[in-house]
Amino acid sequence: MNRRMIFYTVGYIAIAEAALLLLPALVALIYLEKSGFAFLITAALAFGVGMILRVFAKPKSRLIYAREGFAIVAYAWLLMSAIGAIPFVLGGAIPSYIDAFFETVSGFTTTGASILTDVEALDRCMLFWRSFTHWIGGMGVLVLVTAVVPNIADRSLNILKAEMPGPTVGKLVPRSRDTAKILYCIYFVMTAILTLLLIAGGMPIFDSIVHAFGTAGTGGFGIKADSIASYSPYLQWVITVFMFLFAINFNLYYLLLLRKFRSVFKSDELWFFTALVLFCIGAITLNILPMFDTLSEAIRTSAFQVCSIVSTTGYATADFNLWPGLSKALLLLLMFVGGCAGSTGGGLKAARVVILIKSIGKELKRLLHPRSVRTVKSEGKKLDDETLNGVTSYFAVYIICIMAVFILLSFEPFDLETNFSASVACFNNIGPGLAGVGPASSFAEYSGFSKIVLSFAMLLGRLEVFPLLLGLNPLIWKKQK
Amino acid sequence: MKIIIVGCGKIGKSLIESLVSEGHDVAVIDKDPSVIEDATNTFDVIGLCGIGTDCEVLAEAGAARADIVISVTGSDELNMLSCFIARTLGAKNTVARIRDREYNDKSLGFMAGHLQLSMAINPEMATAHNITNILRFPSAINIDTFDSNKFEIVEMILGEKSPLAGMNMIDLRKRSPGKFLICAVLRKNEIIIPDGRFVLEDGDRIALTAAPNEIGKLLRSFDLITRKTKSVMILGASRIAYYLSSNLLAAGTKVTVIDKDEARCAEFAESLPGVTVIHGDGANQDMLVEEGLGQTDAFVSLTGYDENNILISYFATSQNVPKVISKVNRPEFYPIAGKLGIDTIISPIQTVADEMVRYARALQNSVGSNVEKLYKIMDGKAEALEFNVRPDFKHAGKALKEIKFKHNILIAGILRNRKPIVPSGNDVILPGDKVIVIAANHRLYDLSDIIE
Repeated sequence: MNRRMIFYTVGYIAIAEAALLLLPALVALIYLEKSGFAFLITAALAFGVGMILRVFAKPKSRLIYAREGFAIVAYAWLLMSAIGAIPFVLGGAIPSYIDAFFETVSGFTTTGASILTDVEALDRCMLFWRSFTHWIGGMGVLVLVTAVVPNIADRSLNILKAEMPGPTVGKLVPRSRDTAKILYCIYFVMTAILTLLLIAGGMPIFDSIVHAFGTAGTGGFGIKADSIASYSPYLQWVITVFMFLFAINFNLYYLLLLRKFRSVFKSDELWFFTALVLFCIGAITLNILPMFDTLSEAIRTSAFQVCSIVSTTGYATADFNLWPGLSKALLLLLMFVGGCAGSTGGGLKAARVVILIKSIGKELKRLLHPRSVRTVKSEGKKLDDETLNGVTSYFAVYIICIMAVFILLSFEPFDLETNFSASVACFNNIGPGLAGVGPASSFAEYSGFSKIVLSFAMLLGRLEVFPLLLGLNPLIWKKQK
Repeated sequence: MKIIIVGCGKIGKSLIESLVSEGHDVAVIDKDPSVIEDATNTFDVIGLCGIGTDCEVLAEAGAARADIVISVTGSDELNMLSCFIARTLGAKNTVARIRDREYNDKSLGFMAGHLQLSMAINPEMATAHNITNILRFPSAINIDTFDSNKFEIVEMILGEKSPLAGMNMIDLRKRSPGKFLICAVLRKNEIIIPDGRFVLEDGDRIALTAAPNEIGKLLRSFDLITRKTKSVMILGASRIAYYLSSNLLAAGTKVTVIDKDEARCAEFAESLPGVTVIHGDGANQDMLVEEGLGQTDAFVSLTGYDENNILISYFATSQNVPKVISKVNRPEFYPIAGKLGIDTIISPIQTVADEMVRYARALQNSVGSNVEKLYKIMDGKAEALEFNVRPDFKHAGKALKEIKFKHNILIAGILRNRKPIVPSGNDVILPGDKVIVIAANHRLYDLSDIIE
């Protein structure tokens, strides 16, 4: 176990966060808000922590293996969230540290679940930081550091693997650093285009940037009590389309840039995801049609909610709590599916669902023809047994974790629907759930204990369980004999 | 540079390691998914599962824009074909491993021309040349030549009670001025670039540069030379043994080859009638002694198993054979073999990796780097590089002692008008010279990189 390398890399993360904290301070300067000092103080603190870690844990060897990768990711995310929560407390926006921690974890994990009851009362710099955490967490802060710092570690793929979601992590180009750079470039350009489209549609500049962050990271922190509902239909459509786009595997955008259109069209994950989204939009539109005056309004509302849930963003233009049971059931189903692998979306990932469905098919065939030989293919390539087993065991762990969170939440005096949807919505990094935690309400009612449980659920969901469980496991810290 | 490696066996892996650490973008193709998985986990490369002769796989790996495609699968034919396809797809240079004896005679030039190969590597032949070189000066561990034999770097270990021990560099220079230079010392696995006050100790491994005609005299004056190698015993009738034996026979050395496979012995005896071929098990110590292990000048162990090579070489050392060379493929075994007193270890894989790194650097020459030639010395812990001095070199004409060089850098030799100069502090570098630089822990691309 290369402990020094773990602390050293986590130190880098603290310094990176210090730099990122200067942005909201700049926003505070523009709008002349006093709470901006909270960011400066926190930035100085983060820089100090980072430097201490870097100086005292200067590594002898930069070699890391999978276990170091897990530990780095686990500790980096915990430290990042712990530091990121400080400005909310110092600035007075969220007096309780546990609440602030919940809010920050919810930001970095791109969940968008909030404990705030009155968002509009917050300072602009606080709102900016809240949404900016989505943008950072969406693609991953370690991916960012890998892109910026040359040669952060030998075998740095182990870090990327632990942070990037999906059943397999494919590199775009030979070097990890270049892969990270390309991903961030695509991410940045798409966010910029979205911001410009929102500004063009008449949204104020600040609102545009903040909503672009929330959409790009598939987070869902808004700045208005009714989320996106009060914006024009054009703006709602723009956000709908971009929520969908950010939930698609970023590797496909790179293939588009390389003009390899055929390989993009051959992606089964993309087909499955698109078909699922279109089907749900259609079904929900029919289901909720009686509640709206015009068909176009029903389609728009249905499309927005479907894209928001499936991309695990969590913006809302309507309170789907009031919708008929079928619509709610479909949305709950979509919460589990989540975005595509290699996107900023959370959830189980469409790729895993595709693989699970295909292995079920294989298994059924095997029951009928016990001697049949069949392979499972994904994206045109044969999947080896390791990946298949990985997907099924991840599915099992995923269900067990959601159930564990659900049971821990059941100490609260809320109904089953609220607690269950709260655990699902947090674990899958969506944000709003159903009933008591629906789009029109918040998580403020939960106790401190439940908030910590939910914070962990969000981290588990974002990092796909294993890095956090293994990274924090004291067993891997033991010296090997 | 963009490099594609087809085939990720032992050679492929060591190529990946060397080329990645040189900072190249490497893509690897292999048909075994677990090998690819392992390679992408260990090195910063992109892996593709498929066959190197599949043009779709090559295209996906980016053969059209690749600077070098290196094919090192186990099959010569596959290597040639995948290089040919890569070349047709647009790869700028292709390198194939071609090891079969049948391909490595006159037909090689014909094939390389028609397949548009930039280079054919034959690890066995390169290793055999390496061993031949070492047997020329048995007390040396390793010899590299620069600028067509105008300069040589000789590595050797100072034995117990060496006359050089206790001397510092300034005294050494006084003893034989302008003839040689100790350019690197390996002590306790640590590389040192010595300055004037550095004192040598017993057991140091030193690298010295000198003109080739000086080296014999020099070694004799330091009591470092033993006698000329007149007879060599080789274990294993392998491809390397074949090339090595033909080299040695040409130099008039007596060669004995031992192998336990009768058919191979017969084949060997047929192709090289001048060699004494013995059919017997090399692990049988009595047999080795009976065949004259005690009287031979050098023993070379070339069986297919590292472990056998190391252990039998150890036995040969204990029988007081003056020079023992052992082929070891796994780099992890080098220190163990060194501990057992086997001073010279030859690795075909390392030989090929070095050759490819050199080739890649030479190619980069046209795009920025200035290195003419590169050798890894002292088990790869230091590098010897040859540079051409360009007219725009800033410190031309300045005495070396007045130039501030970076730490762990040394000018080991200057070639002016094809005449070697072993430099002292008063020598100068002039435009048009060739300069040999020794560097440890630096990656040099231009001569100006050596100056603080």
